Amino acid sequence: MISIDSISKSFGSTLALDSVSLEVERGEIFGVIGQSGAGKSTLIRTVNLLERPDTGTITVDGTDLTRLGSHELRIARQSIGMIFQHFNLLSSRTVQQNVELALEITGVDARTRRSRAAEILDLVGLTAKANVYPSQLSGGQKQRVGIARSLATNPSVLLSDEATSALDPETTRSILELLRTLNKELGLTVLLITHEMDVVKSICDSAALLEHGRIAEHGKLVELISRPGSRLAHELFPLGEVAASATGTVIDITFSGGAADRPVIAQLARDHQLDVSILGATIETIAGSQAGRTRLELPGEASKHAAIIADLRKQGLLVEVVRGDAA
Amino acid sequence: MIDTTDPKFWTDLWQVLLIGTGQTLYMVSIALVVTIVVGLPLGVLLVGTERGGLFEKLFGSRRAGIIVNRVLDFIVNLGRSIPFIILMIAVIPFTRLIVGTFIGSTAAIVPLALVAIPFFARMVEIALKEVDSGLTEAANSLGASRWQIVRKVLVPEALPSILLGLSTTVTSIINFSAMVGTVAGGGLGDVAFRYGYQRYSTIHIIAVIIIIFIIVQSLAAIATYFARRYARKSIDVAAR
Repeated sequence: MISIDSISKSFGSTLALDSVSLEVERGEIFGVIGQSGAGKSTLIRTVNLLERPDTGTITVDGTDLTRLGSHELRIARQSIGMIFQHFNLLSSRTVQQNVELALEITGVDARTRRSRAAEILDLVGLTAKANVYPSQLSGGQKQRVGIARSLATNPSVLLSDEATSALDPETTRSILELLRTLNKELGLTVLLITHEMDVVKSICDSAALLEHGRIAEHGKLVELISRPGSRLAHELFPLGEVAASATGTVIDITFSGGAADRPVIAQLARDHQLDVSILGATIETIAGSQAGRTRLELPGEASKHAAIIADLRKQGLLVEVVRGDAA
Repeated sequence: MIDTTDPKFWTDLWQVLLIGTGQTLYMVSIALVVTIVVGLPLGVLLVGTERGGLFEKLFGSRRAGIIVNRVLDFIVNLGRSIPFIILMIAVIPFTRLIVGTFIGSTAAIVPLALVAIPFFARMVEIALKEVDSGLTEAANSLGASRWQIVRKVLVPEALPSILLGLSTTVTSIINFSAMVGTVAGGGLGDVAFRYGYQRYSTIHIIAVIIIIFIIVQSLAAIATYFARRYARKSIDVAAR
Protein backbone atom coordinates (compact mmCIF):
# COMPACT_ATOMS: atom_id res chain seq x y z
CA MET A 1 0.00 0.00 0.00
CA ILE A 2 2.83 2.33 0.92
CA SER A 3 6.18 1.78 -0.72
CA ILE A 4 9.03 3.86 0.53
CA ASP A 5 11.94 3.25 -1.78
CA SER A 6 15.44 4.29 -0.71
CA ILE A 7 14.61 7.84 0.30
CA SER A 8 17.23 10.18 1.67
CA LYS A 9 16.75 13.60 3.11
CA SER A 10 19.26 16.00 4.55
CA PHE A 11 18.88 19.32 6.29
CA GLY A 12 22.01 21.31 5.68
CA SER A 13 24.86 18.99 6.54
CA THR A 14 22.80 16.61 8.71
CA LEU A 15 21.50 13.51 7.02
CA ALA A 16 18.05 12.93 8.54
CA LEU A 17 17.13 9.93 6.41
CA ASP A 18 19.73 7.67 4.88
CA SER A 19 18.35 5.57 2.06
CA VAL A 20 15.29 4.31 3.92
CA SER A 21 13.07 1.66 2.35
CA LEU A 22 9.86 0.31 3.83
CA GLU A 23 6.89 -1.63 2.60
CA VAL A 24 3.54 -1.22 4.33
CA GLU A 25 0.95 -3.77 3.33
CA ARG A 26 -2.69 -2.99 2.72
CA GLY A 27 -4.76 -3.15 5.89
CA GLU A 28 -1.92 -3.44 8.35
CA ILE A 29 -0.78 -1.20 11.17
CA PHE A 30 2.89 -0.47 10.75
CA GLY A 31 4.84 1.18 13.53
CA VAL A 32 8.16 2.95 13.15
CA ILE A 33 9.89 3.29 16.47
CA GLY A 34 12.95 5.29 17.31
CA GLN A 35 14.48 7.77 19.70
CA SER A 36 13.85 11.46 19.20
CA GLY A 37 16.17 12.70 16.51
CA ALA A 38 16.21 9.34 14.73
CA GLY A 39 14.37 10.85 11.77
CA LYS A 40 10.91 9.39 12.45
CA SER A 41 9.09 12.65 11.99
CA THR A 42 10.93 13.40 8.77
CA LEU A 43 10.15 9.90 7.55
CA ILE A 44 6.41 10.10 8.07
CA ARG A 45 6.28 13.59 6.61
CA THR A 46 7.90 12.39 3.43
CA VAL A 47 5.08 9.90 2.89
CA ASN A 48 2.61 12.62 1.94
CA LEU A 49 5.43 14.84 0.76
CA LEU A 50 5.03 17.48 3.46
CA GLU A 51 8.77 16.97 3.34
CA ARG A 52 10.12 16.23 -0.12
CA PRO A 53 12.91 13.63 -0.05
CA ASP A 54 16.14 14.51 -1.82
CA THR A 55 16.21 11.14 -3.55
CA GLY A 56 14.04 8.05 -3.67
CA THR A 57 10.36 7.48 -4.39
CA ILE A 58 7.15 7.19 -2.39
CA THR A 59 4.39 5.09 -3.83
CA VAL A 60 0.99 5.13 -2.15
CA ASP A 61 -1.75 2.90 -3.53
CA GLY A 62 0.11 2.49 -6.79
CA THR A 63 0.81 6.17 -7.39
CA ASP A 64 4.35 7.51 -7.31
CA LEU A 65 3.81 10.73 -5.36
CA THR A 66 7.27 12.12 -6.06
CA ARG A 67 6.40 12.45 -9.74
CA LEU A 68 3.14 14.32 -9.29
CA GLY A 69 2.63 17.99 -10.03
CA SER A 70 1.38 20.21 -7.23
CA HIS A 71 -2.28 19.92 -8.22
CA GLU A 72 -2.20 16.13 -8.56
CA LEU A 73 -0.31 15.91 -5.29
CA ARG A 74 -3.06 17.84 -3.51
CA ILE A 75 -5.64 15.42 -4.87
CA ALA A 76 -3.50 12.47 -3.79
CA ARG A 77 -3.11 13.90 -0.29
CA GLN A 78 -6.88 13.92 0.08
CA SER A 79 -6.76 10.14 0.22
CA ILE A 80 -3.94 10.08 2.79
CA GLY A 81 -5.14 11.11 6.23
CA MET A 82 -2.74 12.42 8.84
CA ILE A 83 -2.96 13.00 12.58
CA PHE A 84 -0.52 14.92 14.73
CA GLN A 85 0.98 14.93 18.19
CA HIS A 86 -0.41 18.39 18.94
CA PHE A 87 -3.68 17.72 17.12
CA ASN A 88 -3.40 20.90 14.99
CA LEU A 89 -7.05 21.85 15.21
CA LEU A 90 -8.27 25.30 14.23
CA SER A 91 -9.18 27.19 17.38
CA SER A 92 -11.52 29.49 15.45
CA ARG A 93 -13.73 26.59 14.37
CA THR A 94 -16.03 24.25 16.26
CA VAL A 95 -15.43 20.50 16.30
CA GLN A 96 -17.92 20.03 13.47
CA GLN A 97 -16.39 22.85 11.43
CA ASN A 98 -12.91 21.42 11.96
CA VAL A 99 -14.05 18.14 10.47
CA GLU A 100 -15.82 19.97 7.66
CA LEU A 101 -12.58 21.77 6.76
CA ALA A 102 -11.31 18.59 5.13
CA LEU A 103 -14.46 18.46 3.01
CA GLU A 104 -14.43 22.17 2.18
CA ILE A 105 -10.95 21.68 0.79
CA THR A 106 -12.13 18.91 -1.50
CA GLY A 107 -15.05 21.05 -2.61
CA VAL A 108 -17.93 19.07 -1.13
CA ASP A 109 -21.25 20.96 -0.92
CA ALA A 110 -22.49 22.26 2.43
CA ARG A 111 -25.25 19.75 2.96
CA THR A 112 -23.09 16.70 2.25
CA ARG A 113 -20.39 18.21 4.46
CA ARG A 114 -22.74 18.44 7.40
CA SER A 115 -24.05 14.91 7.12
CA ARG A 116 -20.61 13.41 6.48
CA ALA A 117 -19.12 15.30 9.45
CA ALA A 118 -21.94 14.12 11.72
CA GLU A 119 -21.42 10.56 10.53
CA ILE A 120 -17.69 10.58 11.19
CA LEU A 121 -18.06 12.31 14.56
CA ASP A 122 -20.41 9.53 15.53
CA LEU A 123 -17.77 7.00 14.50
CA VAL A 124 -15.18 8.56 16.82
CA GLY A 125 -17.74 9.05 19.59
CA LEU A 126 -17.86 12.84 19.66
CA THR A 127 -21.39 13.61 18.50
CA ALA A 128 -22.15 15.38 21.77
CA LYS A 129 -19.24 17.77 21.29
CA ALA A 130 -19.98 18.77 17.68
CA ASN A 131 -20.66 22.41 18.49
CA VAL A 132 -17.97 23.19 21.02
CA TYR A 133 -14.58 24.75 20.33
CA PRO A 134 -11.37 22.72 20.65
CA SER A 135 -10.31 24.77 23.67
CA GLN A 136 -13.11 23.13 25.62
CA LEU A 137 -11.94 19.60 24.87
CA SER A 138 -9.55 17.25 26.63
CA GLY A 139 -6.45 15.98 24.82
CA GLY A 140 -8.05 12.67 23.96
CA GLN A 141 -11.13 14.37 22.58
CA LYS A 142 -8.97 16.68 20.50
CA GLN A 143 -7.18 13.73 18.99
CA ARG A 144 -10.54 12.17 18.17
CA VAL A 145 -11.42 15.35 16.29
CA GLY A 146 -8.07 15.09 14.51
CA ILE A 147 -8.87 11.52 13.54
CA ALA A 148 -12.36 12.49 12.39
CA ARG A 149 -10.93 15.31 10.28
CA SER A 150 -8.35 13.04 8.71
CA LEU A 151 -10.94 10.40 7.86
CA ALA A 152 -13.66 12.72 6.57
CA THR A 153 -12.57 12.27 2.98
CA ASN A 154 -12.48 8.47 3.27
CA PRO A 155 -8.75 8.00 2.87
CA SER A 156 -7.29 4.54 2.46
CA VAL A 157 -4.16 5.41 4.44
CA LEU A 158 -3.71 7.10 7.79
CA LEU A 159 -0.39 8.56 8.90
CA SER A 160 0.02 9.07 12.61
CA ASP A 161 2.77 11.41 13.76
CA GLU A 162 3.25 10.63 17.47
CA ALA A 163 -0.52 10.87 17.87
CA THR A 164 -0.56 9.64 21.45
CA SER A 165 2.65 11.18 22.74
CA ALA A 166 0.91 14.15 24.34
CA LEU A 167 -1.71 11.98 26.03
CA ASP A 168 -1.86 10.19 29.37
CA PRO A 169 -1.65 6.37 29.40
CA GLU A 170 -5.34 5.76 29.72
CA THR A 171 -6.26 8.17 26.93
CA THR A 172 -3.47 6.69 24.83
CA ARG A 173 -5.07 3.29 25.22
CA SER A 174 -8.49 4.53 24.13
CA ILE A 175 -7.06 6.32 21.08
CA LEU A 176 -5.08 3.22 20.10
CA GLU A 177 -8.21 1.13 20.47
CA LEU A 178 -10.03 3.54 18.20
CA LEU A 179 -7.26 3.25 15.60
CA ARG A 180 -7.44 -0.53 15.84
CA THR A 181 -11.20 -0.44 15.34
CA LEU A 182 -10.94 1.89 12.36
CA ASN A 183 -8.22 -0.31 10.90
CA LYS A 184 -10.46 -3.37 11.18
CA GLU A 185 -13.77 -1.82 10.19
CA LEU A 186 -12.66 0.48 7.40
CA GLY A 187 -9.71 -1.61 6.24
CA LEU A 188 -7.58 1.45 6.89
CA THR A 189 -3.83 1.06 6.43
CA VAL A 190 -2.02 2.85 9.24
CA LEU A 191 1.58 4.00 9.32
CA LEU A 192 2.50 5.41 12.70
CA ILE A 193 5.64 6.70 14.29
CA THR A 194 6.22 6.64 18.00
CA HIS A 195 8.90 6.51 20.64
CA GLU A 196 6.77 4.33 22.89
CA MET A 197 7.23 0.57 22.60
CA ASP A 198 3.82 0.12 24.22
CA VAL A 199 2.14 1.61 21.16
CA VAL A 200 3.86 -0.90 18.90
CA LYS A 201 3.11 -3.71 21.30
CA SER A 202 -0.57 -2.97 21.57
CA ILE A 203 -1.66 -2.30 18.00
CA CYS A 204 1.02 -2.89 15.38
CA ASP A 205 1.19 -5.82 12.99
CA SER A 206 4.63 -4.82 11.75
CA ALA A 207 7.35 -2.60 13.05
CA ALA A 208 10.61 -1.01 12.05
CA LEU A 209 13.37 0.34 14.22
CA LEU A 210 14.79 3.62 12.97
CA GLU A 211 18.21 4.71 14.16
CA HIS A 212 20.21 7.68 12.94
CA GLY A 213 18.10 7.88 9.81
CA ARG A 214 18.49 4.20 8.92
CA ILE A 215 16.19 1.25 9.32
CA ALA A 216 18.03 -1.02 11.76
CA GLU A 217 15.47 -3.79 11.69
CA HIS A 218 11.96 -4.38 10.42
CA GLY A 219 9.38 -7.09 9.99
CA LYS A 220 6.12 -8.52 11.19
CA LEU A 221 5.89 -8.60 14.96
CA VAL A 222 5.19 -12.33 15.08
CA GLU A 223 8.33 -12.97 13.05
CA LEU A 224 10.45 -10.53 14.99
CA ILE A 225 9.68 -12.33 18.24
CA SER A 226 11.22 -15.56 17.06
CA ARG A 227 14.13 -13.88 15.29
CA PRO A 228 17.36 -14.57 17.22
CA GLY A 229 19.08 -11.44 18.45
CA SER A 230 16.25 -9.18 17.37
CA ARG A 231 16.58 -5.86 19.11
CA LEU A 232 12.95 -5.02 18.55
CA ALA A 233 11.99 -8.27 20.26
CA HIS A 234 14.25 -7.39 23.17
CA GLU A 235 12.57 -4.01 23.38
CA LEU A 236 9.17 -5.64 23.25
CA PHE A 237 10.04 -7.98 26.11
CA PRO A 238 12.54 -6.16 28.23
CA LEU A 239 14.10 -8.44 30.83
CA GLY A 240 16.81 -6.06 31.85
CA GLU A 241 20.39 -6.92 32.72
CA VAL A 242 21.46 -10.28 34.08
CA ALA A 243 21.78 -10.07 37.83
CA ALA A 244 25.40 -10.27 38.98
CA SER A 245 24.44 -12.88 41.59
CA ALA A 246 23.45 -15.42 38.93
CA THR A 247 26.11 -18.13 38.78
CA GLY A 248 24.90 -20.87 36.41
CA THR A 249 23.97 -20.69 32.76
CA VAL A 250 21.38 -18.03 32.06
CA ILE A 251 19.08 -18.48 29.08
CA ASP A 252 16.20 -16.49 27.57
CA ILE A 253 13.37 -18.54 26.16
CA THR A 254 10.98 -16.81 23.78
CA PHE A 255 7.52 -18.27 23.46
CA SER A 256 5.30 -17.48 20.57
CA GLY A 257 2.38 -19.01 18.77
CA GLY A 258 1.07 -22.05 20.70
CA ALA A 259 4.20 -22.47 22.81
CA ALA A 260 3.04 -19.87 25.29
CA ASP A 261 0.18 -22.11 26.34
CA ARG A 262 2.33 -25.18 27.07
CA PRO A 263 3.84 -25.81 30.52
CA VAL A 264 7.37 -25.70 29.09
CA ILE A 265 9.22 -24.83 32.26
CA ALA A 266 7.44 -27.31 34.51
CA GLN A 267 8.16 -29.97 31.94
CA LEU A 268 11.80 -28.94 31.73
CA ALA A 269 12.19 -29.20 35.49
CA ARG A 270 10.55 -32.60 35.56
CA ASP A 271 12.32 -34.15 32.55
CA HIS A 272 15.80 -33.06 33.56
CA GLN A 273 15.39 -33.12 37.33
CA LEU A 274 16.49 -29.49 37.43
CA ASP A 275 15.76 -26.82 40.00
CA VAL A 276 15.52 -23.98 37.50
CA SER A 277 15.07 -20.51 38.83
CA ILE A 278 13.09 -17.93 36.95
CA LEU A 279 15.00 -14.64 36.87
CA GLY A 280 12.46 -12.72 34.91
CA ALA A 281 9.45 -13.13 32.66
CA THR A 282 7.10 -11.16 30.53
CA ILE A 283 4.00 -12.18 28.61
CA GLU A 284 2.21 -10.01 26.07
CA THR A 285 -0.48 -10.37 23.49
CA ILE A 286 1.18 -9.59 20.18
CA ALA A 287 -0.91 -9.39 17.04
CA GLY A 288 -3.65 -11.38 18.71
CA SER A 289 -1.60 -14.25 20.10
CA GLN A 290 0.23 -14.80 23.35
CA ALA A 291 3.94 -14.36 23.29
CA GLY A 292 6.49 -13.95 25.98
CA ARG A 293 9.99 -14.33 27.17
CA THR A 294 11.34 -16.01 30.27
CA ARG A 295 14.84 -15.79 31.69
CA LEU A 296 15.97 -18.93 33.45
CA GLU A 297 19.03 -19.84 35.45
CA LEU A 298 20.12 -23.47 35.02
CA PRO A 299 21.98 -24.80 38.04
CA GLY A 300 24.68 -27.47 38.10
CA GLU A 301 27.33 -28.43 35.57
CA ALA A 302 27.49 -26.37 32.41
CA SER A 303 28.25 -29.49 30.34
CA LYS A 304 24.73 -30.80 30.83
CA HIS A 305 23.12 -27.58 29.75
CA ALA A 306 23.79 -27.98 26.05
CA ALA A 307 21.51 -30.98 25.92
CA ILE A 308 18.78 -29.14 27.75
CA ILE A 309 18.97 -26.21 25.39
CA ALA A 310 18.91 -28.50 22.37
CA ASP A 311 15.82 -30.16 23.80
CA LEU A 312 14.08 -26.81 24.19
CA ARG A 313 15.00 -25.78 20.67
CA LYS A 314 13.58 -29.04 19.38
CA GLN A 315 10.24 -27.93 20.78
CA GLY A 316 10.38 -24.92 18.46
CA LEU A 317 11.34 -22.43 21.12
CA LEU A 318 13.83 -19.64 20.57
CA VAL A 319 16.57 -20.05 23.16
CA GLU A 320 19.32 -17.49 23.62
CA VAL A 321 22.19 -18.02 26.01
CA VAL A 322 22.74 -14.84 27.92
CA ARG A 323 25.45 -16.07 30.30
CA GLY A 324 27.64 -19.20 30.20
CA ASP A 325 29.18 -20.99 27.27
CA ALA A 326 26.67 -23.76 26.59
CA ALA A 327 25.44 -23.27 23.05
CA MET B 1 -10.61 87.44 16.93
CA ILE B 2 -13.44 85.19 18.00
CA ASP B 3 -16.37 86.74 19.83
CA THR B 4 -18.13 84.11 21.94
CA THR B 5 -20.94 86.54 22.83
CA ASP B 6 -21.95 86.74 19.21
CA PRO B 7 -25.05 84.52 18.82
CA LYS B 8 -23.77 83.44 15.43
CA PHE B 9 -20.64 81.99 17.10
CA TRP B 10 -22.34 78.88 18.49
CA THR B 11 -24.29 78.02 15.37
CA ASP B 12 -21.11 78.60 13.40
CA LEU B 13 -19.07 76.40 15.78
CA TRP B 14 -21.62 73.63 15.46
CA GLN B 15 -21.57 73.90 11.68
CA VAL B 16 -17.80 73.87 11.49
CA LEU B 17 -17.45 70.90 13.80
CA LEU B 18 -20.09 68.95 11.93
CA ILE B 19 -18.40 69.48 8.59
CA GLY B 20 -14.96 68.77 10.06
CA THR B 21 -16.11 65.56 11.70
CA GLY B 22 -17.82 64.48 8.50
CA GLN B 23 -14.65 65.09 6.48
CA THR B 24 -12.49 63.28 9.00
CA LEU B 25 -14.79 60.27 9.11
CA TYR B 26 -14.96 60.25 5.31
CA MET B 27 -11.18 60.36 4.87
CA VAL B 28 -10.48 57.89 7.63
CA SER B 29 -13.09 55.35 6.61
CA ILE B 30 -12.17 55.28 2.91
CA ALA B 31 -8.45 55.23 3.77
CA LEU B 32 -9.15 52.39 6.18
CA VAL B 33 -10.98 50.33 3.58
CA VAL B 34 -8.14 50.85 1.09
CA THR B 35 -5.64 49.96 3.82
CA ILE B 36 -7.38 46.68 4.60
CA VAL B 37 -7.84 45.75 0.95
CA VAL B 38 -4.18 46.40 0.10
CA GLY B 39 -2.49 45.84 3.46
CA LEU B 40 -3.94 42.42 4.23
CA PRO B 41 -2.69 40.72 1.04
CA LEU B 42 0.58 42.60 1.42
CA GLY B 43 1.03 41.20 4.93
CA VAL B 44 0.17 37.70 3.69
CA LEU B 45 2.70 38.08 0.90
CA LEU B 46 5.35 39.37 3.31
CA VAL B 47 5.03 36.28 5.49
CA GLY B 48 4.46 33.92 2.60
CA THR B 49 7.56 34.82 0.64
CA GLU B 50 9.83 34.23 3.60
CA ARG B 51 11.96 31.11 3.73
CA GLY B 52 9.68 28.15 4.35
CA GLY B 53 6.59 30.28 3.71
CA LEU B 54 3.56 29.38 1.63
CA PHE B 55 4.71 31.48 -1.30
CA GLU B 56 8.35 30.67 -0.82
CA LYS B 57 8.51 29.65 -4.45
CA LEU B 58 6.46 32.41 -6.00
CA PHE B 59 5.41 31.43 -9.54
CA GLY B 60 7.52 28.32 -9.04
CA SER B 61 10.74 30.20 -8.41
CA ARG B 62 12.42 30.79 -5.08
CA ARG B 63 14.29 33.69 -6.65
CA ALA B 64 10.99 35.45 -7.41
CA GLY B 65 9.93 34.80 -3.81
CA ILE B 66 13.10 36.33 -2.41
CA ILE B 67 12.90 39.35 -4.70
CA VAL B 68 9.25 40.02 -3.84
CA ASN B 69 10.01 39.61 -0.14
CA ARG B 70 12.94 42.02 -0.23
CA VAL B 71 11.08 44.60 -2.31
CA LEU B 72 8.01 44.49 -0.09
CA ASP B 73 10.10 44.66 3.03
CA PHE B 74 11.94 47.68 1.66
CA ILE B 75 8.71 49.45 0.66
CA VAL B 76 7.18 48.79 4.06
CA ASN B 77 10.26 50.08 5.86
CA LEU B 78 10.43 53.11 3.61
CA GLY B 79 6.75 53.89 4.09
CA ARG B 80 7.11 53.59 7.82
CA SER B 81 10.14 55.80 8.15
CA ILE B 82 9.09 58.85 6.13
CA PRO B 83 7.37 61.50 8.25
CA PHE B 84 3.78 61.85 7.11
CA ILE B 85 3.91 65.49 6.19
CA ILE B 86 6.85 64.85 3.87
CA LEU B 87 5.24 61.76 2.39
CA MET B 88 2.10 63.75 1.72
CA ILE B 89 4.02 66.32 -0.29
CA ALA B 90 6.19 63.73 -2.01
CA VAL B 91 3.22 61.77 -3.35
CA ILE B 92 1.41 64.78 -4.78
CA PRO B 93 2.10 63.72 -8.39
CA PHE B 94 0.75 60.25 -7.61
CA THR B 95 -2.32 61.72 -5.87
CA ARG B 96 -2.99 63.94 -8.84
CA LEU B 97 -2.70 60.94 -11.14
CA ILE B 98 -5.30 58.96 -9.19
CA VAL B 99 -7.75 61.60 -7.97
CA GLY B 100 -7.08 64.32 -10.52
CA THR B 101 -6.24 66.87 -7.86
CA PHE B 102 -4.11 67.00 -4.74
CA ILE B 103 -6.40 69.32 -2.83
CA GLY B 104 -9.38 68.36 -0.69
CA SER B 105 -10.56 65.48 1.43
CA THR B 106 -10.70 62.93 -1.38
CA ALA B 107 -7.14 63.72 -2.42
CA ALA B 108 -6.04 63.40 1.20
CA ILE B 109 -7.17 59.77 1.25
CA VAL B 110 -4.25 58.82 -1.00
CA PRO B 111 -1.41 59.77 1.36
CA LEU B 112 -3.42 58.55 4.35
CA ALA B 113 -3.82 55.12 2.81
CA LEU B 114 -0.19 55.14 1.69
CA VAL B 115 1.05 55.72 5.20
CA ALA B 116 -1.35 53.24 6.77
CA ILE B 117 -0.81 50.34 4.35
CA PRO B 118 2.79 49.53 5.35
CA PHE B 119 1.86 49.96 9.00
CA PHE B 120 -1.07 47.57 8.75
CA ALA B 121 0.87 45.13 6.56
CA ARG B 122 3.43 44.80 9.36
CA MET B 123 0.65 44.20 11.87
CA VAL B 124 -0.80 41.49 9.65
CA GLU B 125 2.65 39.99 9.19
CA ILE B 126 3.16 39.77 12.96
CA ALA B 127 -0.31 38.33 13.51
CA LEU B 128 0.16 35.66 10.84
CA LYS B 129 3.53 34.65 12.22
CA GLU B 130 1.85 33.83 15.51
CA VAL B 131 -0.28 31.15 13.87
CA ASP B 132 1.05 27.69 14.72
CA SER B 133 2.83 26.24 11.69
CA GLY B 134 1.24 22.89 12.58
CA LEU B 135 -2.07 24.25 11.30
CA THR B 136 -0.61 24.98 7.88
CA GLU B 137 0.85 21.51 7.91
CA ALA B 138 -2.50 19.95 8.81
CA ALA B 139 -4.21 21.87 6.01
CA ASN B 140 -1.47 20.76 3.60
CA SER B 141 -1.99 17.16 4.64
CA LEU B 142 -5.66 17.57 3.76
CA GLY B 143 -4.65 18.66 0.28
CA ALA B 144 -5.43 22.36 0.67
CA SER B 145 -4.23 24.85 -1.92
CA ARG B 146 -2.18 27.83 -0.80
CA TRP B 147 -5.15 30.09 -1.31
CA GLN B 148 -7.34 27.80 0.81
CA ILE B 149 -4.71 27.81 3.55
CA VAL B 150 -4.65 31.61 3.59
CA ARG B 151 -8.42 31.99 3.50
CA LYS B 152 -9.53 29.10 5.69
CA VAL B 153 -6.66 28.72 8.13
CA LEU B 154 -4.20 31.59 8.44
CA VAL B 155 -6.48 34.63 8.33
CA PRO B 156 -9.28 33.20 10.52
CA GLU B 157 -6.76 31.97 13.09
CA ALA B 158 -4.91 35.29 13.14
CA LEU B 159 -8.10 37.35 13.17
CA PRO B 160 -8.00 38.44 16.83
CA SER B 161 -4.47 39.80 16.42
CA ILE B 162 -5.29 41.33 13.04
CA LEU B 163 -8.26 43.16 14.58
CA LEU B 164 -6.09 44.56 17.35
CA GLY B 165 -3.58 45.66 14.71
CA LEU B 166 -6.41 47.26 12.80
CA SER B 167 -7.39 49.20 15.89
CA THR B 168 -3.88 50.62 16.18
CA THR B 169 -3.91 51.37 12.45
CA VAL B 170 -7.16 53.35 12.67
CA THR B 171 -5.75 55.40 15.49
CA SER B 172 -2.74 56.31 13.42
CA ILE B 173 -4.86 57.14 10.36
CA ILE B 174 -6.91 59.52 12.52
CA ASN B 175 -3.70 60.95 13.86
CA PHE B 176 -2.35 61.62 10.37
CA SER B 177 -5.70 62.85 9.09
CA ALA B 178 -5.29 65.87 11.34
CA MET B 179 -2.34 66.96 9.20
CA VAL B 180 -4.05 66.96 5.83
CA GLY B 181 -5.44 70.39 6.58
CA THR B 182 -2.13 71.61 5.18
CA VAL B 183 -3.17 70.46 1.70
CA ALA B 184 -6.69 71.77 2.21
CA GLY B 185 -7.89 68.31 3.06
CA GLY B 186 -10.28 69.66 5.67
CA GLY B 187 -11.29 67.61 8.67
CA LEU B 188 -11.03 68.21 12.38
CA GLY B 189 -7.32 68.95 12.21
CA ASP B 190 -8.09 71.75 9.82
CA VAL B 191 -10.72 73.11 12.22
CA ALA B 192 -8.25 73.07 15.07
CA PHE B 193 -5.64 74.82 12.94
CA ARG B 194 -7.79 77.52 11.40
CA TYR B 195 -9.92 78.37 14.43
CA GLY B 196 -7.82 77.27 17.34
CA TYR B 197 -4.39 78.35 16.11
CA GLN B 198 -5.05 81.15 13.67
CA ARG B 199 -7.98 82.68 15.54
CA TYR B 200 -7.12 81.71 19.13
CA SER B 201 -10.40 79.88 19.82
CA THR B 202 -9.84 77.59 22.80
CA ILE B 203 -13.39 76.30 22.50
CA HIS B 204 -12.72 74.94 19.02
CA ILE B 205 -9.57 73.18 20.20
CA ILE B 206 -11.31 71.58 23.14
CA ALA B 207 -14.28 70.53 21.03
CA VAL B 208 -11.98 68.94 18.41
CA ILE B 209 -10.02 67.10 21.07
CA ILE B 210 -13.20 65.72 22.61
CA ILE B 211 -14.60 64.58 19.27
CA ILE B 212 -11.37 62.90 18.17
CA PHE B 213 -11.03 61.26 21.56
CA ILE B 214 -14.54 59.85 21.27
CA ILE B 215 -13.93 58.58 17.70
CA VAL B 216 -10.63 56.90 18.58
CA GLN B 217 -11.93 55.35 21.77
CA SER B 218 -15.11 53.99 20.25
CA LEU B 219 -13.29 52.51 17.25
CA ALA B 220 -10.71 50.92 19.55
CA ALA B 221 -13.49 49.56 21.77
CA ILE B 222 -15.27 48.02 18.77
CA ALA B 223 -12.06 46.40 17.51
CA THR B 224 -11.16 45.10 20.95
CA TYR B 225 -14.66 43.73 21.43
CA PHE B 226 -14.49 41.68 18.23
CA ALA B 227 -10.90 40.61 18.88
CA ARG B 228 -11.92 39.32 22.30
CA ARG B 229 -14.95 37.57 20.90
CA TYR B 230 -12.85 35.67 18.40
CA ALA B 231 -10.01 35.09 20.80
CA ARG B 232 -12.24 33.62 23.48
CA LYS B 233 -12.73 30.58 21.29
CA SER B 234 -9.05 30.09 20.89
CA ILE B 235 -7.96 29.94 24.51
CA ASP B 236 -6.33 26.59 24.44
CA VAL B 237 -6.38 24.66 27.67
CA ALA B 238 -4.46 21.67 26.36
CA ALA B 239 -0.90 20.80 27.19
CA ARG B 240 0.58 22.69 24.31
